[in-house]
Amino acid sequence: MERKIDVDGLRLEHEDGAYVLETPGDDPARLDEAALDDALEAAEPYVSNWYYWEATVGGEGTARRAFLRWCERAPIVDAQRAGRAADATRSVPDRYQRLRDGLERGWGQLVVTTRLVDDAPFDGERVYDLCHVDDVDADAAALERYTDPREARKIARADEDGRYRPLKTAPTLRPGWTFTGLSGEQLVETVDAFYPATIANWDRERRGELDVDHWLETATRQTGIYDVVDELPREAVDWMAESCCVDSQCLRRRAWQYADGDDLSTPSGDGQFPCREPCSLVIAAAREWTDLESDPERRYELELTERELAQLSALIDAVADDRLG
Amino acid sequence: MQALVVASHGSHLNPDASAPTYAHADAIRETGAFDEVQEAFWKEEPHFREAFRSLEAEEVYVVPLFISEGYFTERVIPRELRLEGWDPSLWDSEGTSAESATLEAGDVEKTVHYCGPVGTHDAMTDVIVRRAERVTGDPQVGPGVGLAVVGHGTDRNDNSAKAVEYHAERIRDRGRFEEVKALFMDESPEVDDVTAYFRSRDVVLVPLFIADGFHTQEDIPEDVGLTDDHRRGWSVPADVDGHRLWYAGAVGTEELLAGVVLERAAAAGADVGDALETVRGDVTGTGG
Repeated sequence: MERKIDVDGLRLEHEDGAYVLETPGDDPARLDEAALDDALEAAEPYVSNWYYWEATVGGEGTARRAFLRWCERAPIVDAQRAGRAADATRSVPDRYQRLRDGLERGWGQLVVTTRLVDDAPFDGERVYDLCHVDDVDADAAALERYTDPREARKIARADEDGRYRPLKTAPTLRPGWTFTGLSGEQLVETVDAFYPATIANWDRERRGELDVDHWLETATRQTGIYDVVDELPREAVDWMAESCCVDSQCLRRRAWQYADGDDLSTPSGDGQFPCREPCSLVIAAAREWTDLESDPERRYELELTERELAQLSALIDAVADDRLG
Repeated sequence: MQALVVASHGSHLNPDASAPTYAHADAIRETGAFDEVQEAFWKEEPHFREAFRSLEAEEVYVVPLFISEGYFTERVIPRELRLEGWDPSLWDSEGTSAESATLEAGDVEKTVHYCGPVGTHDAMTDVIVRRAERVTGDPQVGPGVGLAVVGHGTDRNDNSAKAVEYHAERIRDRGRFEEVKALFMDESPEVDDVTAYFRSRDVVLVPLFIADGFHTQEDIPEDVGLTDDHRRGWSVPADVDGHRLWYAGAVGTEELLAGVVLERAAAAGADVGDALETVRGDVTGTGG
């Protein structure tokens, strides 16, 4: 044996002609080849757990692997370097106990359920189910069932009222569907279709390597019709973040500020995954605002009766309070 | 491992703008030629800016699903992808002959092959002809029939018109169609006057656009006189000024375009195996 196994408490190495096997709570045992098989069987669930992460998932150091480990509250390499509070992780036997019933974790409006497969070719095989947070307790038979990750695009395209959702992380994902029995790879593909690049950016942040572009950097780099957005006054950038980027509008947590060391006053939000720079919708909104700001002011005179003035005021208030329709 | 990124414009307003991008990317996914296939957009998500970070492959081929070598393909996409050391001269093109440039991106440790747009690839000529065959329902269409290749055109960038003229000329040289013209929305010769440019009674109009949207589904049909109001639709063919106009809709929605994406990546060094044959075989209309 040329290499050492060290995954989630299972340690196995070849040393001086013998195998040394160790699991949490047991002293290292020196075994010959004949004794190793029995010992590995006794070391369950550590062995099947190792096999799943080694053979099925693989991808050491990838965002995909980190996300799948996060889904079942397994410790993630490098997690100690993360700026945010470390996630509470669980041991292998504890995880297996929970995975039998299904272990749930939230990601925006998605809920991922990781579970062990009863009749799998090997004991530790996991599959993943995905549904809308509003459907966690719904009768599965009442939900549209999908298994192809690409179906997520169609679901994500329009909200419950059929309105197009150009911002995928808007909190307007429609409920009523479920993906079941996904492999780890398919789960990541499905989540990426609902919320593109959120796993990659979460992983970068977790490693302390998120590449944030603040407002001024992104605005300055624009050209063409968006060339003007860097002229937007600082206070207007705050208003814009307040109207476009807060949790009620977008589930990403805003990591960008006005400039490095110059924070906006608008709260960043509580989202699970970060927003690393102003998105294209914010840039488009900024262009509208910049145009509005640069419009010259003129004086208009209107002749109205007192009652017409009262009606106009009431109308404006109704629009402002969203009491129309 | 190798990955393909299909870079496209997308839209904040039109949910159908990205449909061709997904369709062509899916067709290529199904061939298995690439370990990963990723769509990326200017106005949708994932944005160009975050196109590479979800990929595990070290070798990435970027093919812009754009018509011309111009503002987007020469400036916006390379800037947003953070292609280090990019300069349009690396394509060594006069406006219709870009192939690819190999660079690194600022946010990932990968080798990026930045390809020319699908619109200026020679294989696009065949896609335009295929479009004409499809809309007329005639695999031999050509004799006695006029073909208008319709582009956006803009006075701000010569390359916009070059792509349209390039394909029109290639089709003309084949001698298949009675007459072939390049017409434009925003510059002369204008598509509004299409019937004045053709003697043939039957004229096929193929818009050299990637997606069906406001231009191809509203502006052109009304400008040409296919309909007074796009909301009421139009017939194919439609009788206009004594001509029968066969309006094809955006060329980018033609299935054969997936083959052009593959051609671009293969020319840049991607190993696409027999994917080209697979993609082309799927569009014969015979169910094969």
